[in-house]
Amino acid sequence: MPGLGTSLGRGGATTAQQDLANADAILIMGSSMAENHPVGFQWVMEARERGATVIHVDPRFTRTSAMSDLWVPLRAGSDIVFLGGLVRYALEHGKVFRDYVVPYTNAAVLLKDELRDAEDLDGLFSGWDEGRGEYDPATWLYRGGRLKVDGDEGAPGHEPEAGGHGKDRGGEAQEIETIERDETLEHPLCVYQVTRRHFARYTPEMVERACGVPAAEFLRVADAFCSASGPERTGAICYAVGWTQHSVGVQIIRTAAILQLLLGNVGRPGGGILALRGHASIQGSTDIPTLYDVLPGYLTMPVFDDDADDLAHYLRKHQSETGWWHNLDKYVVSLLKAWYGEEATAANGFAFDLLPRVDGDHSHQGYWLEMAEGKLEGLFVIGQNPAVGAPNGRLERKALARLRWLVVRDLVEVETASFWYDSPEIERGELRTDEIATEVFLLPAAGHAEKDGTFTNTQRLLQWHEKAVDPPGDCTSEPWFVDQLARRLKARVAGSRRRRDRPLQALTWDYPLESQRGGPVVDEIAREIHGWKLPPAGSGGARELVSGFTDLAADGSTACGCWIYSGLYAGGVNRPRQREARGPLGHGWGFAWPSDRRILYNRCSARPDGAPWSERKKLVWWDDAQGEWTGVDVPDFTKRKAPGYRPPAGAKGDDAIAGDQPFTMHPDGVGWIWVTTGLKDGPLPTHYEPLESPIENPLYGRQRNPAADQKEGPDNRYAPDLDPRYPHVLTTYRLTEHHTAGGMSRHLSHLAELQPELFAEISLELAEEAGVSNGDWVTIGTPRALIEARALVTARIKSLVVDGKRVHQVGLPYHWGQRGLVRGDVVNDLVAISQEPNVRIMEAKALVCSLARGRRPRGADVLDQL
Amino acid sequence: MLLDFLDLGFLESWPLWRQLRDGGDGTGPEAMSRRTRELRPKTAGAEVARSVCPYCAVGCGQLVHHRDGKLLAIEGDPESPISRGRLCPKGAASHELLTHPGRLTRVKYRAPFATRWQEISLDEAMDRIADRVWESRERTFEEERDGSVLMQCKGIAHLGGATLDNEENYLLKKLFTGGLGITRVSNQARI
Repeated sequence: MPGLGTSLGRGGATTAQQDLANADAILIMGSSMAENHPVGFQWVMEARERGATVIHVDPRFTRTSAMSDLWVPLRAGSDIVFLGGLVRYALEHGKVFRDYVVPYTNAAVLLKDELRDAEDLDGLFSGWDEGRGEYDPATWLYRGGRLKVDGDEGAPGHEPEAGGHGKDRGGEAQEIETIERDETLEHPLCVYQVTRRHFARYTPEMVERACGVPAAEFLRVADAFCSASGPERTGAICYAVGWTQHSVGVQIIRTAAILQLLLGNVGRPGGGILALRGHASIQGSTDIPTLYDVLPGYLTMPVFDDDADDLAHYLRKHQSETGWWHNLDKYVVSLLKAWYGEEATAANGFAFDLLPRVDGDHSHQGYWLEMAEGKLEGLFVIGQNPAVGAPNGRLERKALARLRWLVVRDLVEVETASFWYDSPEIERGELRTDEIATEVFLLPAAGHAEKDGTFTNTQRLLQWHEKAVDPPGDCTSEPWFVDQLARRLKARVAGSRRRRDRPLQALTWDYPLESQRGGPVVDEIAREIHGWKLPPAGSGGARELVSGFTDLAADGSTACGCWIYSGLYAGGVNRPRQREARGPLGHGWGFAWPSDRRILYNRCSARPDGAPWSERKKLVWWDDAQGEWTGVDVPDFTKRKAPGYRPPAGAKGDDAIAGDQPFTMHPDGVGWIWVTTGLKDGPLPTHYEPLESPIENPLYGRQRNPAADQKEGPDNRYAPDLDPRYPHVLTTYRLTEHHTAGGMSRHLSHLAELQPELFAEISLELAEEAGVSNGDWVTIGTPRALIEARALVTARIKSLVVDGKRVHQVGLPYHWGQRGLVRGDVVNDLVAISQEPNVRIMEAKALVCSLARGRRPRGADVLDQL
Repeated sequence: MLLDFLDLGFLESWPLWRQLRDGGDGTGPEAMSRRTRELRPKTAGAEVARSVCPYCAVGCGQLVHHRDGKLLAIEGDPESPISRGRLCPKGAASHELLTHPGRLTRVKYRAPFATRWQEISLDEAMDRIADRVWESRERTFEEERDGSVLMQCKGIAHLGGATLDNEENYLLKKLFTGGLGITRVSNQARI
């Protein structure tokens, strides 16, 4: 999310799946799209039928590779070297789309003399504080820029408590004052030249050494993909959690964004970056976040002390003077009005002091470690199965036993609900059922056809699913559950005068009820998310729907639950429910945020003067006669702002963005090859080895991402570097026939039959070395766990020569657990709890393991061998 | 009797007669029995809800066929501009997802130190859950620290959201964070 957010302005896929058909080249990396997004993959096939080159870079040969023109196996965990190699290739071989790059990116901007690059400091940028383990981004700013901080507060986006999902990733820490530019791109301290030097050593030879990809093969990919650039051609990149689940995950995506900016591929048909999300509403669950670090619409959660007590201070810190985020006050105030209603007034700072403050690492893994220490009392788990799906399952499950109470809501009895009687810890004697004090409530949930609501798909598209039937038995929807809980708890605080009860008292909760079981009418929740114009207090007038987020105000006259979704009910029509697709991008079917724009930053599809780059690649252009932007997509730009518009001195907000600056969320209106602030591990992507690796970092003295948090402890140990006990690279993945932790697939007869058993995919070379035949049992080990699986000996996975030595890779699908029609060991038990510094994701896609023939020990004997 | 035998209805039921009359090689409609001819899809005349696949984030369109409050079938929506009627093996299994015998339909409750589940009513479960939330919030709420606002309920956490609807995540965030002061709220998304 911050990978795309810091580079381009928004943390969402820039394009639509259908638009892949317009690409001239497609690079799929960190994803097996044909297997995990099979129906979306039809658009890749359509592109290929039209002549596009499809490239799959992945450790394993999968159905995606089979349908690609090129398959290149690489060592898991070496992605930044490969992509950095592509960036270098584009820069050194004249592949940069210069007419796009100069006006539309910050390539020409000059940086500070004090800046030191990772090349100068052996893998660190200037500003690193070894004691605190964090960067001060002051030297990363544009020349002449000052860091916006009050006293000893962290800069926005750099507080240790804050996560990277929030809006503070577009340089809010910098006042954009005088930007110095060199449009010849020759000044040694312009972003273009700094980037060139940074990636100078990411040569084809380095790719061969670090990734295990022969230089000639790399060059074939580089030429094929980098040729999809310029006025007539575009290329797209597709990725999934094969990129995100790394200790450098955000920076991998950053490298892709830099490449696409240099090739001029963002905001144009057949271009962009398609983030392939793995759950029906994973994009939606960050847009309207059940997350620790953000409020709906990427508004930063207030951090204890740093954001102090009042709204004015919060806004001073997080509001940008220029660019779209200047509207922050309107969105925060409208959210507070949606939540606290008439209790939120201008006089009391719109009840901002009712919001809780974050004072530590409150992410999943952060609070789970608190739980393991017995510091939490209660937990809700709703539609997730961490006993199987989360890293270091043994630690996760043992932590559940330290709770006073646990509420699980799901379609089946998942392993998270049954940990107290059938977990591996019970079998091993680490936990005893009659000693576990946790009170467990397991509530059956309604399925998608049994309730109304919207999912936001991988291309930011909200689609409504209609309720067809009532759920069976005691099954209920989440709105029913939350509403029931809210009513019971609100009843307890009626009449209270305690400060802690004020938020609950003030919380607006007057949803009309459906007849069946009395859950709230979901349509009414959708309207609150979209937003209301409120009548003056006490006037007795009626509220009206806003037309979209441009109606929102900072004076308390509007209420809106999630500003980026505002527009979904424009004109009183439930747009996610619309099913009348028209045009190549499917307008009229669902609603894409923001404002139904299907391809983000689409102002880039026209030249600075507003004309399309070419007839073949036209999308949005300036209509001089009408004086507005027009085209086949909704313009992602102020409709009547002419290409020649230049902001007057002192302009604020969107008025400060010129008519040829397409990245309007950023304070300077351009795409960021260089990120001044908002990333905790550096302004440019830098290759670090995975937290566990079989080789030394071939590029820098720094072995690992210095800002990553390993959360090391007795139950979360790591293999030392180059540990001969764990010589193989391990990577995890999903299968077409199962879904994540299995709750929605392992219990279904057809899917269970299609993929009945856990297996370990290994190369012919490793099989020979380990004396293993196809179908044999093998035991796979890390310092966290031992698991057993059937060996799948196959030429689809290759042993590679990396840094002069042969490295074997082991691939494990992770869907099995103790329950369901088909069962197996929990692969995620092998993975460490670790945190990438920006979004706190674990490194599940590149670690090291042992592999031996035979089954694992039973019972407590496993523990002796760890 | 003979007349009955030569009745048109009888002739009509005779495949050879139909073949002689209508042509064909004897393997087409002329060979069908009346039962076969009158067979209709189980979804014929059923109500159809427009839906979206609940598995990955491609967002395939689904048609949910139902009659008298019962699900009949779930199939791909040919009008979807994204999926164009297709579903993968998981999407094609989504009817079974909602109807399989292993689906949980009753509340299960496990008391502290108990060795087995017991059944309790939904209402009783909700009452008890509300009690637990209230008690834990009372014990672990911190309004202020060092003179600054904290307003945080430290003892309760939440996990899950990427399989839920936007409206559901909205209510969860609103109640848990906005109302109860719970900041330990997380889900599958780390994007």
